[in-house]
Amino acid sequence: MAELWQLDATEIARAVASGETSAIDVTNAHLDRIEALEPEIRAFITLTPELARSQAAAVDQARGRGEALGPLAGVPIALKDVLCTDGVRTTAGSKILEKYVPPYDATIVERVRAAGMPVLGKTNQDEFAMGSSTENSAYGVTRNPWDLARVPGGSSGGSAAAVAAGMAPVSLGTDTGGSIRQPAALCGVVGVKPTYGRVSRYGLIAFASSLDQIGPFARTVRDAAAVLQLIAGHDPRDSTSSPEPVSDYVGAIDHGVDGLRVGVVREGMGEGTQPGVKARVEEAAQRFAGMGCDVGEVSLPSFEVALSAYYLIAPAECSSNLARYDGVRYGYRADDARDVVDMNTRSRAHGFGQEVKRRIMLGTYALSAGYYDAYYGKAQKVRTLVIRDFEEAYRHFDFLICPTTPTTAFKIGEKTDDPLAMYLSDLFTIPSNLAGAAGISLPCGLGEDGLPVGIQVLGPPLSEELLFRAAYALEQDLGPLPSPPVWEAR
Amino acid sequence: MRLTREDVLHVARLARLAFTDDEVDRFTAQLSAILDHAARVSEVAAGDVPPTSHALPLVNVFREDVVGECLSQEKALSTAPETEDGRFKVPRILEEA
Repeated sequence: MAELWQLDATEIARAVASGETSAIDVTNAHLDRIEALEPEIRAFITLTPELARSQAAAVDQARGRGEALGPLAGVPIALKDVLCTDGVRTTAGSKILEKYVPPYDATIVERVRAAGMPVLGKTNQDEFAMGSSTENSAYGVTRNPWDLARVPGGSSGGSAAAVAAGMAPVSLGTDTGGSIRQPAALCGVVGVKPTYGRVSRYGLIAFASSLDQIGPFARTVRDAAAVLQLIAGHDPRDSTSSPEPVSDYVGAIDHGVDGLRVGVVREGMGEGTQPGVKARVEEAAQRFAGMGCDVGEVSLPSFEVALSAYYLIAPAECSSNLARYDGVRYGYRADDARDVVDMNTRSRAHGFGQEVKRRIMLGTYALSAGYYDAYYGKAQKVRTLVIRDFEEAYRHFDFLICPTTPTTAFKIGEKTDDPLAMYLSDLFTIPSNLAGAAGISLPCGLGEDGLPVGIQVLGPPLSEELLFRAAYALEQDLGPLPSPPVWEAR
Repeated sequence: MRLTREDVLHVARLARLAFTDDEVDRFTAQLSAILDHAARVSEVAAGDVPPTSHALPLVNVFREDVVGECLSQEKALSTAPETEDGRFKVPRILEEA
């Protein structure tokens, strides 16, 4: 008999609904697991055990009254600390929001609460989601459950590590340039970056508004589909949310991939990609062929320059979004200011970390008089080229596959002094964000270093149903994969 | 693109940020390196390519102009560093005449 914390979300929901176990037992098992592992992993900024227990008790009472439960009722969840939670501190990983307690819930947090999913806590992240390792947090470094000397990836590193370590069956993160898929790959879990606009951003603390998207982490493709099913859909409070109806991701998940055309992205298989990563992705391509897919190679010539465009567009949008942290309406305010500009400046200088300042500076420069056309304007043109490359690829292929990251998890501290090297770890994930398209990262085995390798399945906007089918087919074909060392019960 | 210390100080003023001398030195070097990399966008972005500011083809999202729920004044002010008489309070903005 597996421990309760080892069950996946689908199993938990079934066991709670049938009365085999109770929501409170499941929640307590996860809280105990967190207590045991948190000193080593440090996946959370804020834990909310009382909230989780009261939600779990409400699910058990509803079941006791004979009420019908939602498909994920009683399944605990962890939320990235960039999602506003009414009455629960929300820091975005920043010192500037150390004492910020939002007066409202993000739309998706409302949905999670209404679904009867106990909220275990708020997970660690790079400050304002700017980073690829979770080292840029004002609240300490999260460690990779596969090797505590390595990063979990980022920026949603806490959410990925919590799911990989069995501290939560599912979690939510955000993906602006790969911040769900990259940590999912490095921690060996499933991570979904939905189509831009598929999930409401209302109540998400903004980084780059034309790129940010919320999505799930899970240990199985089916669980990830079930969570996206819950949070996807139009929201009148987010005018960029898509009015398109949400497909039945879970219902269609086992429809198979026979006869589909799969493109392997050539730019992902070059010299910069670790041999072990390349080998696992090549094997996955063979598996798709074995399942009846027509597998070919595809080139996306703009793939590499997309990184340059991203590091102009995202900082430009961040410099504008983060102007709101002025010490007036919320967040840290420096004392004893001479005047309001002095107060703004000293509050920001004290409250923001190095990477956030670096990006605000980059963005302000790229948008400043005399440089706008050369930088931001050109980056927007590259964005068009990226979209055109994908459109051309999807004329020949139904979906694409590519390594999620060029390498497996790197060591803590390895890239902190070299921002450009850190940025390169998002090389393969960024194009989807620029195109507003969907992507799923799932584990496809271990590299030669024994660390998890992630493969992305990429599709055009609103192709989630197809991508879940493809990811599920590969997951089933691969069979059980190794678990991290911390998976053993303790 | 070689930024100067003066460029960095100018942008810092625009962004309402302040740096120590060491930070200015570090940022001058780091931002120059990142901008060198970013400048590659100029090499591929030809003049006739239209810019994309947003990936979704949504324009003019309208809704009925009806009053809905909103935060109470008390809740909206609850996170402010300083308030007075139901308003946000800030340090002096204008010099005294």
